[in-house]
Amino acid sequence: MTKQNKKRLGTLLYISGLAALFLGLVFLLAKNSGLYPMLLITSALLIASGLYLNHSYQTKLGTFKLFQHVLLILGAVVMVFPFYWMIASAFKTSAEMNIFPPTMLPNNWFNYDNFVIAFKTAPFARYFINSVITCLSSVAITTLTTILASFAFSRFNFPGKEIIFSLLLSMMMVPFEILVITNYTTIVKLSINDTLWALVLPFTSSIFYTYILRNFFQSIPDGLYWSARVDGCSNWRYLWKVMVPIAKPSLSTIVLLNAMASWNSFMWPMLVIKQDTNRTLPFGLYTFTTEVGANNELLMAASSVVVLPMIILFLFARKQIVGGVARGGIKG
Amino acid sequence: MQVEMLGLSKHFGSTKAVNELNLTLYDGELMCLLGPSGCGKSTVLNMLAGILPVTSGTILFDGEDVTKYPPEERGIGLVFQNYALYPHMTVLGNICFPLEIQNVPKDERIKRATEMAELVHMEEYLNRKPKQLSGGQQQRVAIARALVKRPRLLLLDEPLSNLDARLRLEMREEIRRIQRKTEVTTVFVTHDQEEAMSISDHVALMKDGYLQQHDETQNLYNDPDNQFVADFLGNPPINNIPGHAEGKLFISNDGNSFIYEDMEKVPVGKKINLSVRAESFIVSSEKQDSTMEAKVLSVYQLGKEEMALLQFGGVEMRAYISFDHHLKAGDTAHLKLRNRGVFIFDLESGRRYA
Repeated sequence: MTKQNKKRLGTLLYISGLAALFLGLVFLLAKNSGLYPMLLITSALLIASGLYLNHSYQTKLGTFKLFQHVLLILGAVVMVFPFYWMIASAFKTSAEMNIFPPTMLPNNWFNYDNFVIAFKTAPFARYFINSVITCLSSVAITTLTTILASFAFSRFNFPGKEIIFSLLLSMMMVPFEILVITNYTTIVKLSINDTLWALVLPFTSSIFYTYILRNFFQSIPDGLYWSARVDGCSNWRYLWKVMVPIAKPSLSTIVLLNAMASWNSFMWPMLVIKQDTNRTLPFGLYTFTTEVGANNELLMAASSVVVLPMIILFLFARKQIVGGVARGGIKG
Repeated sequence: MQVEMLGLSKHFGSTKAVNELNLTLYDGELMCLLGPSGCGKSTVLNMLAGILPVTSGTILFDGEDVTKYPPEERGIGLVFQNYALYPHMTVLGNICFPLEIQNVPKDERIKRATEMAELVHMEEYLNRKPKQLSGGQQQRVAIARALVKRPRLLLLDEPLSNLDARLRLEMREEIRRIQRKTEVTTVFVTHDQEEAMSISDHVALMKDGYLQQHDETQNLYNDPDNQFVADFLGNPPINNIPGHAEGKLFISNDGNSFIYEDMEKVPVGKKINLSVRAESFIVSSEKQDSTMEAKVLSVYQLGKEEMALLQFGGVEMRAYISFDHHLKAGDTAHLKLRNRGVFIFDLESGRRYA
């Protein structure tokens, strides 16, 4: 066996060892299977032989790395377990849900009755459409206002610019819960409460995103602006032809964060929406819990469907979300 | 296009960046705005471009007052030190952009952009993004983009400062070639005197917002108006020997004295600098009818010639010497002054007497 292959096999064994360790820990936590001691022992053997075969892990650093991986795996288990539990429970029958100690796996993975019942009990399709409408329109409008405001604050000079911007930033200190009251009275005075407008209108601008984008715009060299201006490019055209394409990474982060926040918003819809047909998914889910009472398996089935779009979004845009949050953290 | 600046001033609050500048650019020439950083040369450029409003004064383009015109109505092309290419567009897209804004039809746009790319020798890189180009290539693209709409005036703001020494030399010749070929009137801002000397028809040297001298390139070196101009131009820097005049006699502050005809032109009692270019000494190891004696501190080989670091009284001087003298450190060198490259300046005002 060549050195290269040895190394590859070692890595393979190491990874399968880690997988076995993960499974073993899951079973250990569930305490419902005699399998876990065996799995843990296998994983130890696999990891050890993997490390032995793979020379890069033979150093002192290797043990440190192993320790790191164990910690990371533990963290991953903690984070992933609720999701797993939700999905597993969605396939359980009512009787299975209530036995103690709880089972790790549903008896039948093809038992989709819960989904059918859940969707019959509440108009989830309607909720879903409402969510999509509010999410899309508030994200679209917020992005537009954010772009325009950022451009104005980064490029134009007008009296009181710095003061206005500082005032806006200080608004970020005010928690949403305080704004809720004024927002609510405004919505009622406009008599648009209990409509989808009430869900969109208060979320059509964002100081935080404006701040992020303004900082990005400011980092674009002046030379670009003046080259364009000298060529006869208007501010409007410059913004859409040059600034926005350059800011694409920042913008997509903003759109993603905004979409997640909008999709998950719960408190505000609960306050302003009464009618069943105007509910959004998270709020609909909440009312669903009170309606179905203790039928947790139905709730889990509904929840699984609700989080699905966000999980898909995250899988596709993982890099941008993480990068954006990190960038936002470093540069403000 | 002929460009005239009449009494042009720019003040930022109490800072006077540019003062009462009177300057003329002739049609089709390349003029350098030269000066140390903070002398106001970039401010002048920005006022010409319309980026900065003027505090007072007038700018005339072919006799037309453009002082109040916005940048887009002046018909200028701009090139910045950092190239300022649009990072999301290809080379072709960048060069096309000014035409796109003027709504030139797509076919013509691409035709003209390709011609420009050929002029700057970038025709093989049309589909690259700026990131995939070297600094020199980016600068070529920036020049092509500035020229594609056929501007009346090309403004270059320290276009070579971000390049390494070798590329700088190459690009400087390129800019000269492109400028000659297109015959576009050009202003070139730089702080590098060598760059300015090698590239331009005229040089305007500025300091602290004031124009020091505006002349043909070689005249600035051979015939400086004041001490600052003499000091700023030339490498090695000019040698300044402080002293005073008594008739035809120059007496240095250390008490050394010799006859120099032009000393007669110095008003009585004025403190002066006798400024001598390094190539204006006739250096000999033998005592002839020489005027000055200096100690050789060290001798440098410069390839085609040698340079000596000399001690004359308390002043260290640099002088070119010819190979046949075999001067070594510690020797005594006998110096004579040539007719050209020797100036007398007032020590305080920097005014030139001779």
